[in-house]
Amino acid sequence: MFGGELPLIWAILIATAVFLYVALDGFDLGVGILFPFAKDPRQRDQMQQAIAPVWDGNETWLVLGGGGLFAAFPKAYAVIMPALYLPIILMLLALIFRGVAFEFRHHGRNSGKKFWTAAFAGGSIGAAVAQGLVLGGFIQGIKVEDGRFAGGPLDWLTPFSLMVAAALVAGYALLGAAWLVFKTQGELFDASARWIKQLAVLVALAMGAVSLATLGVDPRVTARWGVSMTTVDWAAFLPLAILPIGAVGLCFIIWRGVWEKQHLLAYLCAVGLFLIGYIGLAVSLWPYIVPFAMTPADAAAADNALSLMLWGTVPMLPIILGYTAYVYWIFRAKVTEDGAYH
Amino acid sequence: MDLDALILARLQFAFTIGFHIIFPAFTIGLASFLAVLEGLWLITKQARFRNLYLFWVKIFALSFGMGVVSGVVMSYEFGANWSEFSAATGSVIGPLLAYEVLTAFFLEASFLGIMLFGWKRVGPGLHFFSTCMVALGTLVSAFWILAANSWMQTPQGFAIAADGTMVATDFAQVIFNPSLPSRLVHMVLAAYLTTAMVVGGASAFAMLKKRATAESGTALRMAVLMVAVTAPLQILAGHESGVVAHEYQPAKVAALEGWWTTGPQPTILFAWPDEAQGRNHLEIGIPGAGSWVNVGDATAELEGLDAFAPEERPPVFITFWAFRIMVAMGLVMLAIGWSGAVLWLTKRLDGASLYHRAVMWAAPSGFIAVLAGWVTAEVGRQPWVVHGVMRTADAVSPVAAGAVAASLLAFLIVYAIVFTAGAIYILRLMAKGPATEETPPESDQPPGTPLPAALREA
Repeated sequence: MFGGELPLIWAILIATAVFLYVALDGFDLGVGILFPFAKDPRQRDQMQQAIAPVWDGNETWLVLGGGGLFAAFPKAYAVIMPALYLPIILMLLALIFRGVAFEFRHHGRNSGKKFWTAAFAGGSIGAAVAQGLVLGGFIQGIKVEDGRFAGGPLDWLTPFSLMVAAALVAGYALLGAAWLVFKTQGELFDASARWIKQLAVLVALAMGAVSLATLGVDPRVTARWGVSMTTVDWAAFLPLAILPIGAVGLCFIIWRGVWEKQHLLAYLCAVGLFLIGYIGLAVSLWPYIVPFAMTPADAAAADNALSLMLWGTVPMLPIILGYTAYVYWIFRAKVTEDGAYH
Repeated sequence: MDLDALILARLQFAFTIGFHIIFPAFTIGLASFLAVLEGLWLITKQARFRNLYLFWVKIFALSFGMGVVSGVVMSYEFGANWSEFSAATGSVIGPLLAYEVLTAFFLEASFLGIMLFGWKRVGPGLHFFSTCMVALGTLVSAFWILAANSWMQTPQGFAIAADGTMVATDFAQVIFNPSLPSRLVHMVLAAYLTTAMVVGGASAFAMLKKRATAESGTALRMAVLMVAVTAPLQILAGHESGVVAHEYQPAKVAALEGWWTTGPQPTILFAWPDEAQGRNHLEIGIPGAGSWVNVGDATAELEGLDAFAPEERPPVFITFWAFRIMVAMGLVMLAIGWSGAVLWLTKRLDGASLYHRAVMWAAPSGFIAVLAGWVTAEVGRQPWVVHGVMRTADAVSPVAAGAVAASLLAFLIVYAIVFTAGAIYILRLMAKGPATEETPPESDQPPGTPLPAALREA
């Protein structure tokens, strides 16, 4: 059953898991990125409580991304991880700091508490930067010879990857601010609404810059979009033009204050923005799972392994999404201003 | 790949997984303990069970958090440091790890939210259900990870494909490989013992400090019962695991027993293995006992390390001593369990301050045994990463030694900070002990929140 389609099905499943990770852990990393801008400890407590019951489940999508890539595309996993070794390690260390800070902040006394407050912000920012470097290093391509990573330890460090890292920090901060508008009230709500307005502009600029720079990473990407420094191939570009137009539109309505109708809308629009970026990336890099070296079929595990996992994923994924949604529903209320839920 | 990068990668993996295993070993047992406490509270309505639950769930929250963050590291480290291993074995054990995420990690992570923050938000039945789901998740996770690791010890059900990678020929054989049953039982019992020793030690400490409440007495009795029953079972499970290892990994058994020459084998109580000379110094042993324990015949000729070429042998000194430390800790726990049971039956448990002191000092014995046991299993498997199929030296990533050295240093520093702080916070909670009126979280604040939010500084 499924036969030759298995690598493609799994590429779509892994891509979905990574997107769910970005959309979900993105907002709780974003709340951490905004931590230094909170007015006082009470606001920081509210911010953390807006994400405390769900962050662990959100981060599990990252484990599924890593574990799933190992299981479904071991050869891609075995190339990408060594190639992006240092930013991956940075990400893991940063996630350790922010993960334990959720509990440790409440156990630390004076200096301990200050330290874990800083660790939560620093860890969130560090994880976002590291993920941006991983993404940037991935997009610009990985040097592969004979199925193995054949580059140097700092290949990923380029102006392009630094720019992607900055853009991702801004993007996560937007998701975080939008989540806070959904989950908080009073002063913090007002502050978050201001942050959203500033971040919407920043993200629009950052996405534009990254998009233009991506066109230059490889001639295949330039040809796919039909846009180069000097010429535009309208036949190639026009069908894809909906993506940049949609992104600008979403940034605009977020900036205009879309949450005023329904507090969740800003977050949904921000997720839509990430989805557009994600689709744009897929358009640029298709059909590579390791740009520009391996396709899903090149990197896939044996068919029986892919098929065994699919038989588990088909029933498990709806169950997982079901109880994840249920937990979100239980904790749907806004955080009160004294730091507790209603 | 040069030797330095290999040694650094091995050190890093040993360090990160050694730190990681401490937390699952504790939280597997603690999650089950919490489920029992909450169940007892719902059935008996006795406040002491609720108080114990609310006290230990704070420690669970801290430990589980540290287990999660040190565990995320593992799922990326396979590829980052052991890419050749990952590429070769992905089609065989990859699905096992994927099933672990799908069936265990999401279950734990999602219901953990309700367990820690939902005390006032959901009914008692659903809260208990969430605790049970977290406990179930820890056990399911143990099953998959032990299946993958046991396959690396006793691989079967696979073939080598044209491109040199391994592919499964029968996943039932891969999962239910020969060493899985005994090793899974051995690990789960180890987790229960580890937790029981910590619970017993913390309760004994409270009783010694005269801060004892009814809660401490109850928890000490639960711990004594668990250890008294589980410690002997663990010795049997360990023995069974050794018998399987003797059949499939004779070099490992020869190393952990300290047998250099083939023949009827002793049980060595003390020795100083000398790998350069290929013999033991200062050996004290019981002749024939090794053969008798392993195959039931004191005169049976069993393979010593001389049956294996030097490059096929595991490091003897580490394996030998790690095994002895594990067994010694097992005997300590057995003594604690049975002497506690005798004191309990003779109604002297509450006033036995000498025993309380012993339980307190023995509290880390489970952790030490778990670490020593894993060192025995993993070092004893060397020089193989997949026993008999792939050497550790061939498994390492093409990453520069400098990058691995930098990351190892960073891990050392970060883990030292994070886990020292975590240990301090846990010990502080334990020193306080459970209160007779353990307050449920007023709101959905994290367990352990010491003061109302408005009063807190920083």
